[in-house]
Amino acid sequence: MITNDTVKYIASLSRLHIDDADLSRFGGELQNILQYVDKLSELDVSNVPPTSHVFRVENVFREDTILPSLSPVEAFSFAIESHDGHYKVPKVIE
Amino acid sequence: MDLFALTAHEILELLANGKVLPDEVETSVRGRINAVNPRTNAFIRTYQENKTPANAMPIPIGIKDNICVKGRPVTCASAILKDFCPPYDAAVIEKIKASGGVILGSLNMDEFAFGSSTESSSKGIVHNPWDLERVPGGSSGGSAAAVAAGEAIWALGSDTGGSIRQPASFCGVVGLKPTYGRVSRYGLVAFGSSLDQIGPITRDVTDCARLLSIISGFDRRDSTSVDLPVPDYALGLRRDVRGLRIGIPKEYFIGGIEPAVEKAVRAAVEFFRKEGAVIKDISLPHTEYAVATYYIVATAEASSNLARFDGVEYGLRVLPDKPRKTGIVDMYEETRARGFGDEAKRRIMLGTYVLSAGYYDAYYLRALKARTLIKNDLDKAFTDCDIILSPTAPTTAFKIGEKTSDPLSMYLSDIFTIPANLAGIPAISLPCGFDAGGLPIGMQLMGAPFAEEKLLSTAYAYEQANGWHSRKAQL
Repeated sequence: MITNDTVKYIASLSRLHIDDADLSRFGGELQNILQYVDKLSELDVSNVPPTSHVFRVENVFREDTILPSLSPVEAFSFAIESHDGHYKVPKVIE
Repeated sequence: MDLFALTAHEILELLANGKVLPDEVETSVRGRINAVNPRTNAFIRTYQENKTPANAMPIPIGIKDNICVKGRPVTCASAILKDFCPPYDAAVIEKIKASGGVILGSLNMDEFAFGSSTESSSKGIVHNPWDLERVPGGSSGGSAAAVAAGEAIWALGSDTGGSIRQPASFCGVVGLKPTYGRVSRYGLVAFGSSLDQIGPITRDVTDCARLLSIISGFDRRDSTSVDLPVPDYALGLRRDVRGLRIGIPKEYFIGGIEPAVEKAVRAAVEFFRKEGAVIKDISLPHTEYAVATYYIVATAEASSNLARFDGVEYGLRVLPDKPRKTGIVDMYEETRARGFGDEAKRRIMLGTYVLSAGYYDAYYLRALKARTLIKNDLDKAFTDCDIILSPTAPTTAFKIGEKTSDPLSMYLSDIFTIPANLAGIPAISLPCGFDAGGLPIGMQLMGAPFAEEKLLSTAYAYEQANGWHSRKAQL
């Protein structure tokens, strides 16, 4: 059961502020979707390997060569707030 | 002559014969955008790119708003990206520019490609050119609507669970999702990284083949792109379908499918039978689990991919009026609360939930195993068939607002397109008729990995004999 407290907890894991007034609506919608996806519990998957990637590629390596890339000026051209080549954010430790 | 209404290959022929100039084509298309975009809302913004010197294919193209064009806003139709301008081109944009393509601007979409109707866009709803009261499908609804309305000669979309094929079906155009890895995802804003592919939306199969040849190929910046040679897909179109083995999956013709859709697709099957194809009744027994599997895998990947939108580096940053937690956490939470729409919030929370401690095995791991079963069904079918033929969607375009209050019913409109993404295989949607209300019906052809040539030649044989693509939306 997705209670308002569960929604609050998931929202906090997701770094999303949800207004108290919206908790039960989101809870109901998530409940419906989870009830539907529970369909998968009908399947016997005990001997089935998981597929996280459709082709079996693992650890794609390449030579570690230096190639042209964005300059710091270009990389910071879209920054919300920056200072001396760093992103500036509100205080992390009070 | 209305140049905006022509296909790319028709325009290239006129250009080659000196009958028109590239600028005349562009002027015609931009004029059409000015005339009809207020009614379709397919384009979010237009702009003039500097012309590239090479102009082998100066075809006006629209770009879905989740593909990076250097120095131009890319917003995924979301408020959280505000007016973000990427400092680089996506791999497909480099290729389009190198071919001489004329980039017209950004096309509307469901926010972060989360949807099947383009109603979750923060830039307004897109209207279907065939009936402005109806949705164009989604999430590449702007791309499909623009191509159908003459606002672009062709367009790029992206497909995570059907987002190219379902809108192509609803708008009466051709859309192809390539094999996973055929096209580089570098510069595509990620949604479900194990599912996403960029692909063409065009007015006919010939254009689809041409655009696919332009955008395909290995790219070292996308480690999942596959290093296989890229054929000239347009050269392989004229192939006999005699002897072609076409599978008809019984699970794709079940309750909920509109009678007009079933009738049109069955008629297409009869066409192929008459042409000498071998029609086989097949079974894909795990089809009914595809939507549930997808909404766990795709939301899990999305919740992780969208963690980067936090107000730190680029896009939107909002602080709450009154502090709630610590300064930086307040910034994350308020930025994301204001920046994301409801569907994005639902998917982020669902994805976070299925990955969270205590639920990972029950939901996420189980879904990855179900994905194996769905993929195995398709692998097995392709040992016995060359093509799997089905409807693209169970219905024609639905009314605006019809499904917005019930997210689950919206998800179910992707029931026939999702398996191709879960299995990584290529699939094309092309027009195969119209319902009584004059709305286009689409059929889907799926193929084995890297069987794009076979998909295109099969689609071409049907298209040339039936001619549905020549009917145009009246605006």
